[in-house]
Amino acid sequence: MTYLDHAATTPVLPEVLAAMTEQLGRVGNPSSLHASGRAARRVAEQSRERLAEALGARPSEVLFTGGGTESDNLAVKGLFWARRDADSRRRRIVVSPAEHHAVIDSVEWLAKHDGADITWLPVEPTGRITPDALRAALGDGSDVALVSVMWANNEIGTVSDLPALAAVAHEVGVPLHTDAVQAVGQVPVDFGASGVDALTMTGHKLGGPMGAGVLLLRRDAECVPLLHGGGQERDVRSGTLDVAAIVGLQVAATTAVRTRVPRAARLAALRDRLVAGVMAQVPDVQLNGPPLDDVVAGGPGRLPGNAHLSFAGAEGDALLMLLDARGVECSTGSACSAGVARPSHVLLAVGADTDRARSSLRFTLGSPSTDADVDAVLDVIAPVVERARRAGLGRR
Amino acid sequence: MRLLAAMSGGVDSAVAAALAVEAGHDVTGVHLALSPDRQVLRSGARGCCSVEDAHDARRVADELGIPFYVWDLAERFTEDVVDDFVAEYAAGRTPNPCLRCNEKIKFAAVLDRALALGFDAVVTGHHARLADGALRRSVDAAKDQSYVLAVLTADQLAGAVFPLGSMTKETVRALAAERGLAVATKADSHDICFIPDGDTRGFLARRLGAQPGPVVDAATGATVGEHSGAYGFTVGQRRGLGVAVGDSRPRYVLGIEPVSRTVTIGPAELAGVGEVRTAPPTWTGPVPELPLTARVQLRAHGTAVPCEVTAGDGGGLRLVLGTEQRGVAPGQSAVLYAPDAERGDLVLGQGTVLGTA
Ligand SMILES: Cc1ncc(COP(=O)(O)O)c(C=O)c1O
Repeated sequence: MTYLDHAATTPVLPEVLAAMTEQLGRVGNPSSLHASGRAARRVAEQSRERLAEALGARPSEVLFTGGGTESDNLAVKGLFWARRDADSRRRRIVVSPAEHHAVIDSVEWLAKHDGADITWLPVEPTGRITPDALRAALGDGSDVALVSVMWANNEIGTVSDLPALAAVAHEVGVPLHTDAVQAVGQVPVDFGASGVDALTMTGHKLGGPMGAGVLLLRRDAECVPLLHGGGQERDVRSGTLDVAAIVGLQVAATTAVRTRVPRAARLAALRDRLVAGVMAQVPDVQLNGPPLDDVVAGGPGRLPGNAHLSFAGAEGDALLMLLDARGVECSTGSACSAGVARPSHVLLAVGADTDRARSSLRFTLGSPSTDADVDAVLDVIAPVVERARRAGLGRR
Repeated sequence: MRLLAAMSGGVDSAVAAALAVEAGHDVTGVHLALSPDRQVLRSGARGCCSVEDAHDARRVADELGIPFYVWDLAERFTEDVVDDFVAEYAAGRTPNPCLRCNEKIKFAAVLDRALALGFDAVVTGHHARLADGALRRSVDAAKDQSYVLAVLTADQLAGAVFPLGSMTKETVRALAAERGLAVATKADSHDICFIPDGDTRGFLARRLGAQPGPVVDAATGATVGEHSGAYGFTVGQRRGLGVAVGDSRPRYVLGIEPVSRTVTIGPAELAGVGEVRTAPPTWTGPVPELPLTARVQLRAHGTAVPCEVTAGDGGGLRLVLGTEQRGVAPGQSAVLYAPDAERGDLVLGQGTVLGTA
């Protein structure tokens, strides 16, 4: 099996599994006052401190959540409510149309049910949001509740310059949230130095468990909770801490950050060979997103493990099925609840037409990826695309 | 063989896929998303292609350990089946959307795509026997679906596999239960899948609007009432005519004239039909020589009656019925069978009913 869908999820690291298993064997609610509770709390708080250190945050800025989706919802809705409650003119949310659905749907929900106005930011053809575009959208900022722009895009791998965007938002006193689910461990992310007010991350894209995430929230940022209860996480998030998941997330994140530089270089080299190999064998292939060697703010402008390609005249669905049947696992992008592929909103946002959006595949490499995985794709891609193109022609 | 199993989320297609896997074929499941409204949810036993059905189909595929995908055919289904259905009613005819779906979607759009992608055939849960290119009635007469498959040509049948034709529905459910499939007890869908509430008249009224016209009694020539849309009637219909005539004898719809929107009704003795004219026929196998003695079934759940088949006008057929039939509606299919008690009645082909005498 050739697994090239690491942006969807990536295997749990052995050290994560060991740390979680050890913790799962113990009793103790970190909120309890007795010895078992204290032991659990110690593990959770150590994890908080180590995570904070790895990400350039203070421990008190680390809020544990149930994953990236929850963190995005909490940041977008919580910041919106808090800012609007403080000043009722602040109803505008300035947001990129290439965000993950956890952000887009939260924003649209607020617009539909809670009086929010949405300003969609213009996106560069690479998928990037520029500081100038943000500045123009903000105006004097007095009516803006928050900005949300992702650090790295999960489909086409575009990295934006978040420190510069946060600085622009702060020029007019507006807080900025960033979804850094795909960025942490792949590109340099320093929460404190970046100046962003809230940052989403999740465990299962880094070798940690699913259902465990973090919202990094600046100490001075007001955020209304989504989940009410015991107030465990700074009163912004309630629920008994899942200590095993927290340890797993922490070990995964600190490992990913520590090993980032050599891994990024290795994955970028593999990815470059994959893209070049496909293009050499198959005519009419387009790379979506920034160039492979793109640079932004002195760092990589594209996620090192991301290859996103359009195969004119073939349907992504058909390509995926044919590759799956040959043991190569990848993705077409977004799918709706009934599993019907819709053209990716990210590709449409960067100006691709529906045909190009529908004819694309995403390959994402991760820590376990090797040359053999790239070879496996290159062995089958030409006949697969040819067959899918023939099947595509029959459609009206 | 590499088989593509069309999985609706119901018990029949689930068992068909399971049997194909157990027969050693390389099977991939697909659920056809046909409804333009993705969020349609099941209400009672009705409707298909809802989110829930897609889920049920996926669950079965996962249990069988086969790949599963959803193919979006909503656009083609809307054009070829739903819009056709509405246009046929608007023209005073009575279409059969299941037949149209088999003809244009399952064994055309889906089969073509499957073949292009390297599959050998499409396997479905239809109740009909198919062996060596011969399409026959199911052993379960009550569940037999050969009527809605009769439109398929030899080429289309060559790409079809129907594993359920030689078993009863009861057996199908038992096989599903034996395999622990959750759909074993799922209710059958009876209605037209794109009209989940079963209210065809209401659906057509929404699509076509009010189109009032007269109801005329053929016995007297008198206008005996008004209707709000001739599309609400089917030739042969007896109930729900909404008119009062002088005598107490039942009345039947005899004809629908779309331009003047006239619905003609009459007593039983005028409703009988002894002769049927069809459009140019399709054949499931070699074109038979005419004249021909066969049996003809004139609607989905009707019984077949003996008939003499001769060539009609414009490449169509002329069917002289052995016994008079009521409710022969233009737009329905006249399906010809060669009786065969042992192996199952053989489907010869069909022609769309154009008119009667
Ligand atoms: C950019 C981005 N944001 C949010 C999420 C959601 O995270 P989670 O799966 O932890 O809910 C994902 C992953 O699916 C993602 O790629």
